[in-house]
Amino acid sequence: MPDKIKFTVDGKECQAEAGMTIYEAAKANGIYIPVLCHYEGLKPVGSCRICSVRVNGRWMAACTQPVTPGMVIENASPDVEEYRKAIIEMLFVEGNHFCPACEKSGNCELQALAYRYQILVPQFPYLFPKKDIEAFPKFLLEHNRCVQCQRCIRAIQAPDGKKVFAMKHRSGRVRINVDRKLAARLSDEEAQKAMDICPVGAILRKEVGFRIPIGRRKYDRRPIGSEIEEKK
Amino acid sequence: MNYKKILQKYRKDRTRLIEILKEIQAREGHISEKAIICVADELGLSRAEVEGVISFYHFLSARPLGKYVVYLNNSITAEMAGREKVALAWEREIGCRFGQTSEDGLVTLLETSCIGMNDQEPAAIINGVVFTSLNPDKVKKLVGWMREGRAAEDMVEETGDGANGHELVRAMVRNNIRKTGPVVFGEYVPGQAIGKALETTPECVIDEVKRANLLGRGGAGFPTGLKWEFCRKEKGEQHFVICNADEGEPGTFKDRVILTERPEMVFEGMAIAGYAVGARLGILYLRHEYTYLRRYLEHVLQKMREQGWLGKNIAGRGFDFDIEIKMGAGAYVCGEESALIESAEGKRGEPRDRPPFPVQKGYLNLPSTVNNVETLATATQIITRGASWFRSMGTPVSAGTKLLSVSGDCERPGIYEVEYGLTVKELLEMVGAKDTLAVQVGGPSGNCISEAGFGRKICFSDLPTGGSIIIFNRGRDLFSVVRNFLDFFIEESCGWCVPCRAGNVLLKKKFEKIASGLGTVQDLKEIEAWGKIIKSMSRCGLGQTSPNPVLTTLASFRELYESRVNKEADFIPEFDLSRAVAEASAITGRKFQEEQDHA
Repeated sequence: MPDKIKFTVDGKECQAEAGMTIYEAAKANGIYIPVLCHYEGLKPVGSCRICSVRVNGRWMAACTQPVTPGMVIENASPDVEEYRKAIIEMLFVEGNHFCPACEKSGNCELQALAYRYQILVPQFPYLFPKKDIEAFPKFLLEHNRCVQCQRCIRAIQAPDGKKVFAMKHRSGRVRINVDRKLAARLSDEEAQKAMDICPVGAILRKEVGFRIPIGRRKYDRRPIGSEIEEKK
Repeated sequence: MNYKKILQKYRKDRTRLIEILKEIQAREGHISEKAIICVADELGLSRAEVEGVISFYHFLSARPLGKYVVYLNNSITAEMAGREKVALAWEREIGCRFGQTSEDGLVTLLETSCIGMNDQEPAAIINGVVFTSLNPDKVKKLVGWMREGRAAEDMVEETGDGANGHELVRAMVRNNIRKTGPVVFGEYVPGQAIGKALETTPECVIDEVKRANLLGRGGAGFPTGLKWEFCRKEKGEQHFVICNADEGEPGTFKDRVILTERPEMVFEGMAIAGYAVGARLGILYLRHEYTYLRRYLEHVLQKMREQGWLGKNIAGRGFDFDIEIKMGAGAYVCGEESALIESAEGKRGEPRDRPPFPVQKGYLNLPSTVNNVETLATATQIITRGASWFRSMGTPVSAGTKLLSVSGDCERPGIYEVEYGLTVKELLEMVGAKDTLAVQVGGPSGNCISEAGFGRKICFSDLPTGGSIIIFNRGRDLFSVVRNFLDFFIEESCGWCVPCRAGNVLLKKKFEKIASGLGTVQDLKEIEAWGKIIKSMSRCGLGQTSPNPVLTTLASFRELYESRVNKEADFIPEFDLSRAVAEASAITGRKFQEEQDHA
């Protein structure tokens, strides 16, 4: 194979194709780097920072950083894992997440990551923000659960390329903003796609729910990341 | 209102979205729903996207504002200069709170982050006009004029020194240049440097700047010559030079003074950079707060075109280069070069992921060099006087001079051009600071040092600074300084990444716990650990430096924190019941007694 790049992850010799991100390159070697905002096929935005790794002493987001020859990547160092856990905890306290009452429970990537990192009580105080629920013809937007991963912004566009979802405000006030006119034109399939691509229960289809009972859902069966690690 | 006409004026150019929105707001006072729909449709954007841009910038508004909009600065130097009394005077005279519009729709009161007037606080921007050194009496006078319907520009009674008094500026802003130096304020004949540069090759220009060891003056200190070289080597149908005039670091105002007194030197530097990297267009990205300088700067550009220093066939050497001004709309993060580029393209000012770097894919995804105002002015002088002249000043690593914006507790706040290598102690003597407790070098994102560090040198290898120096004397409460800085970062975070967006709010919460006396030794450990997490995990320079107010005061003034925490207790809850009901108890006259025996 031409253009193979050699690098190490936690001391393990790895190879990958040039042009891959650290996340993709690790994945190709059966190494799971946790991600939340990243979604296969969408342009990475590096917003959640859960995929942060340390490369030659510098912190980098694995989903956006291209792998280069000779990189010495730390993915499982105690402090790397500890910092990731902190980010997951930050997401829990800056929103209002009540897993048992959520339609996404068991399919939720945030919940799955919390299980993987064995989070019982976050080290941070809850912020209990006041956030709204908005209704659109085909779906609900539950701002209390939104993690601002921007997957919906990237995945769902109007036929002419206009953004159906966009960011609004800044700082802690930042919200996903839905274009009402364009949202009304979404098909059932697109609304379903928006719900499926949302890592948490922020985008929910109307009039359908709990088709698969809790307990038999994706991450109820296998922990997040195991599909990559089992390929080893 | 004919929005389409405005859109046509800007050729329906999406990169001009911010300018279009600003023009609509200037005419109508805000950007109405009708305007948003029209702009979105005409530019081929969704309404949500246009709303996203408006809501990102502090000076754009989708809600109606008063006939006069008062943006009162809330930086720490304003607080030190009596901001609270001024704010109360505004509220009393207008009859509404900050964040509100008076019932008659005459005045809206809003707060804003540092507006670059730290040496003449408390300051405010009213309908684009800067008002400095405010006090309750002046506020009363201004409100009286507002009730008479006087235009904001007609409320300026006396203009400042230098070009502040130019008929196109007419600002009461003062330059306060206390110490001139040989570079930025040195001898300068406009047109000489560009003429000299054009006699050589672009490679020679780059070499000269490299030999001079010019490091970026914005604070990060990246070698300018190298940046130009990288940019030049990149292939692209067009290259761009962008001058970063978005100085937003609280306590910095030196770029304002350079642009007031030495604009030709900056523009010439841009042309030189343009020649070096192979660009034909330069963009001056000017922060919204300095809008009052815009007409004057346009006038200077026009004069330079007439003199043949800009435009087609500069100095008769076949080099074409022109400069246009793009305005910011109020966002500290736009001082970060990739966020600045996004903003210059008319988008939300959110930083980009790197790589690719701006020199590879910058403005319009084409190779761009982004340089600070002072860097470009300095480059002009390097070309005229040569690299060895420049290297004869400063230290081996940090060559040349630096403009410092000094504010806070000292007799002579203002602008100082000093050689690198000056110690903090020497600086304090120079500016007339007495009984100094702490010096904030490099603004909130920089370093807070105590007397133990006054022997340290201002240079890239010891104490780097973009130019902000804020002095606190022993009468000041450092906790209120830290609080002000933390609030600043919380407000100015773009909200893109988790550690900066959520982490800073949590850090502040922990800080308040300690400040209020409810902290323990464990809380001190945690605040330090949380700060490190935010620094390590954040996406851009804003987040990576945002915990510095806590981390650097912890390093320099640990005893101050330790004196506030309870050393015996393992845990104290954040919630203090007796404190929470204190106000209610006072009102009802009933005493609340905390149960002593919890067991």
